[in-house]
Amino acid sequence: MPPVYRGPFGKPQAERLLWRAGFGPRPGEAERLAKHGLHGAVHSLTHPGRERLRGPKPHDDNGHPLAPNDAWGHDQLWWLDRMVRTTQPLAERMTLVWHDWFATSQDGVGPARLMLRQNRLFRKHALGSFSTLLTEVTHDPAMLLWLSGVDNEKDAPNENYGREMMELFTIGADRGGYTEHDVREQARALTGWRSDWDDNLGPVNFRYDKRRHDPGVKKIFGKKGHFDWRDSCRLCVHHRLHPSFFITKLWSYFIPTAPPAATRRELERLYVHHGFAVRPVVEAILLHPALYRGPRMVKSPAVYTAGLLRALRRGIDTEAWTWLMSLAGQQLFYPPNVAGWDDSRWLDTATYRARWQIASQAIEKHQLKPDKAKLPDNASKLLARAEGFLGQPVLTGQTHAELKHFAKRALGDANAKWKKEQYPALIENALRQLMASSPDLQTC
Amino acid sequence: MRRTAAEAGRGLPAIEPGMPLPAGTGLDRRSFVTRTFGLALSVYGLGKLGLFEEGIARAASGPAQPVLVSVFLPGGADALSVLYPALDPTYRKLRPTLALDPAAGPVFTEDTRLHWHPSLQPLATLHGEGKVSVLPAVGYTHPDQSHFTSRHFWEVGATNARLTSGWMGRYLDHAGTMDNPLQGLSLDYQLQPSLASNKVPVASVASPEEYSFWAPGVWGDVEQRMLNALRPLGARRKDPFLNQAAKAAAQSDRLRRQLAPFAGNGYGTPVPYPDVDDSFPHQLAGLAAMLAANLPLRCVAITAPGEYDTHSDQPQPLADGLDVTARSLLAFQRDLEARGLANRVLTLVWSEFGRRAEENDSGTDHGAAGSGFLIGTRARGKMVGEFPGVNNLDEDGNLRATADFRGVYCSLIEQWLNADAKAVIPGAGSFSRPALVK
Repeated sequence: MPPVYRGPFGKPQAERLLWRAGFGPRPGEAERLAKHGLHGAVHSLTHPGRERLRGPKPHDDNGHPLAPNDAWGHDQLWWLDRMVRTTQPLAERMTLVWHDWFATSQDGVGPARLMLRQNRLFRKHALGSFSTLLTEVTHDPAMLLWLSGVDNEKDAPNENYGREMMELFTIGADRGGYTEHDVREQARALTGWRSDWDDNLGPVNFRYDKRRHDPGVKKIFGKKGHFDWRDSCRLCVHHRLHPSFFITKLWSYFIPTAPPAATRRELERLYVHHGFAVRPVVEAILLHPALYRGPRMVKSPAVYTAGLLRALRRGIDTEAWTWLMSLAGQQLFYPPNVAGWDDSRWLDTATYRARWQIASQAIEKHQLKPDKAKLPDNASKLLARAEGFLGQPVLTGQTHAELKHFAKRALGDANAKWKKEQYPALIENALRQLMASSPDLQTC
Repeated sequence: MRRTAAEAGRGLPAIEPGMPLPAGTGLDRRSFVTRTFGLALSVYGLGKLGLFEEGIARAASGPAQPVLVSVFLPGGADALSVLYPALDPTYRKLRPTLALDPAAGPVFTEDTRLHWHPSLQPLATLHGEGKVSVLPAVGYTHPDQSHFTSRHFWEVGATNARLTSGWMGRYLDHAGTMDNPLQGLSLDYQLQPSLASNKVPVASVASPEEYSFWAPGVWGDVEQRMLNALRPLGARRKDPFLNQAAKAAAQSDRLRRQLAPFAGNGYGTPVPYPDVDDSFPHQLAGLAAMLAANLPLRCVAITAPGEYDTHSDQPQPLADGLDVTARSLLAFQRDLEARGLANRVLTLVWSEFGRRAEENDSGTDHGAAGSGFLIGTRARGKMVGEFPGVNNLDEDGNLRATADFRGVYCSLIEQWLNADAKAVIPGAGSFSRPALVK
C-alpha cells in the first residue's frame, strides 16, 4: 500500500486538502473538516453524500437566470457556479481534471449544449472507472467533432482521435508505446461514428453507422483482430504503459512534484487491481504525505476564482468572470489545445494582473465607504478584520508581517483629522485587495 | 496537466478539411519586463527568465543587425486592385463594376500597363525613390484557397500543413540566441505564427497603457502605500511555488513602474504618422523608437489594418485599409530615415493569396497569386516576377504566380539576414533566388 501521512491534521492541513481536492473552504469548513481526522476527511470527500448546490443562485448582471445553452459565456458561469456551490467538491474538481485531460475546446465544437453534455459525462464518471470514461468520451459528440471522429470513415480514415487518444489520453508520447502504424490502424478501428447537420441546430444525430466502419483486420500493439472503437479503448487501457501514464498524470493534478518511484508503482498496482478505477487512486493520493509535507501548488484561475467566491459566500452575479478568467489564462470550455492547460505557466505579469482584477471584482461590492464606516485606527485590528472577511485564510508569517507593516505606514500618513477618520476604511479595503492578491492566496 | 512537449497547435480541429495546425499555438508563454528598456513583453519558448535581461543588454551593445519587418494584410488582398491593368479590355470585362478607372491611380513605372490603387500613392512615391520591390504575382504552385491553409503555408515557409514552426522562428532558431527574446517580436497580444520557434525565445509586446493596479475603495496616500506593498510581498520565499507567485507579484510591480514612460505617448517621433483610430501607425512609430533605443530586434511581425477578405462590397473597405496601411508605411520609412536607421530595416508586405480575376457580385472570391512588396532604403527597387496578365489565367480563373514566396524567403534569409536558407526553408535548393537587396 502507498504510504499514508501521519503528521498532525489540523486546520492548515484540512485547508490545503480542501484546496487541492476541491475549490477551497467556505468559512469554517476547514476547522470542521479537521475534526474528522485525516481518514475521515478524505473519506468524506471521496464518498460524499447526495449532491446539493448550496448558496445564492446564479444570475447575470441584470438579475436574470443563466441561459447556459444559449447566452455566450453562460455555460462558463453555470460551471463556475457549480464549483462555488457544490457540496461535492472533489467530484466537481475531478470534472475539471477530466476537462483538462480530454481537453476539448468549444472553438472546435460549436453549440454550448454539446460542451455541457460532455461536462455532464465528466461529472458522471468523475470518480468511477477510467475505462468506462474513455469509452464514453470516444463517442461523445463534442469529442467526435473536436478530434474529427465524425470525419473518420473507412474510405477516408482520419487519424486525429486515434493519435491523441494514445499520445495524450492513455499512453504518452516518446515512450516507445506505439508506432505510426498503430495510429493508422487505430483510426481504422475507430471508424463508424457520424452525425448530421441541421441548419438551425448545427450538428445533430450522433450515431454509429456500420456502413462507415472499416470491418477489416487491424494490427494494433502487435495484436490482430477485427477491432472496433470499443476495442481501441480496451487496447489502450490494457497497454503495458497505460498505468504509469495514468498515475503520473493524475498525481500531477493534486501534487506538484512527481511521485516517488515506489509510490508510483504501488498506485499503479492499486489502479489495475481495482479494474482501472479512479476513486481508490485519488483516495491514496489524498492520503499521501507528499500532499501535506510537500511544497505548495499554484491554484489554477478556476480554483482561485471559485475559492475566492466560496470564502466570501458570494454567488455568481456577474458575467465579468468569463473574461477575467480568460485574462488569467483559463477560460472554461476553451482549453488552448488538446494537450490542455499548462499548469507550470499560470503566473506571469499579465496573468498576475488578471488575478488582481479578479480579486478587485470579488471585493468591490463589499468595499467600505470611508465617510460612513467607523473602523479602528489599529493595524492589527484592521488586519484581523481583513482575514475574517476572506474566510480566515492561513497566511505565512512573512505576508502577515508585510500586510501589518503596510497598514501601520498608511495609518501613520494620517496627519489630519479627516484622514484619521477615513483612512482606516481605505486601508481595510486595501488590505483585502493585497491579501487576496498575495502569493499565499495564489497557492495552496 | 503537464505537457509532453511545447508543441504548437496540436489537436485543433479542421474548420475546413485538411486545415493545418497554426504554428505557434500552445507555445509556452511568460511575461516579464526588461529592466533596461522598460518594455512589457510576453515571452514564448524555452529559456530561463533571468537570463533574458542580460542577454538583451548584451545583444543591444553588440553590432547593429539587419531587421526584417513582416506586415500581413489579413484575408487575401485583391492583387488586381492593388495594381490594376487599367487599359486591358479583359480586365474591364471580368470586372464590370469593380474595375478601377485608368485616371484613378498613378502609373506603375516598371510596367506601365499597371496603375497603383489610388490609396497606394504613398507606395508609388517610395517606389519612385527606388525603395520598393514589387512582386505583382507572388504565390506557389497548387495554390490553396483556404485562408487558414494558405496563410499557414506563408507563415511556415512551406506547403506543409503539419509544420508547426514559423519561417522566421526557424531562422531565429538557426541564427538567434537563447537569451534575447526581442530577436523575434510580435507587435500583438499574441505570438504571430511566422515567429513561432522551436528553440529560441521570442516575444510579443503587451499594451503599455493598460497596466494599472487599481483597487476598489482605495485612493490617495493609501493607494500609493498599497502599490508600494507589492514589492515586499513579492520578496523571495523558501517554498518554490510560493516563490513563483511572489516573483510574479514582484515582476508585475516592476513592470508597473517601468511602463509609466512608455504609456500613452511616452516617446516622441521625428515625423508625423497618420492620425487614425487604429493602432497600426502607433505601433510602427513605437517600433522605430525601439530600434532607435537600440533594442536588439531581428524579426518583427505585425498585422496591417483593414479587412481584405472582400467577398462583398469590396471597393470602400479595400481603399480604406490600403490607405491607412500605405500612409503608415510611408511615415515609418521617413521616421527610419530621420533617425538614420533606414539602412537597417527591410519590410515585407504580404497576404495569404490574391483574389479571383472575375468579380462576384460586389466583391471577389479567393484567388491564388497575390501582391507582395519589399520596402526599404536597401530594397533593390526592381520588380520581382512579371505581371502575368488577365488573359492567361490558371484553370480556376486566377492569376498565375510569377514568383514563389519560398524563393523570396530564401533570398531574404541569404541576402538580407546573411544566413543559410537551407537551414530554414524546406527544399530551399529548389527555389530560384530573386535579387531583392541592393
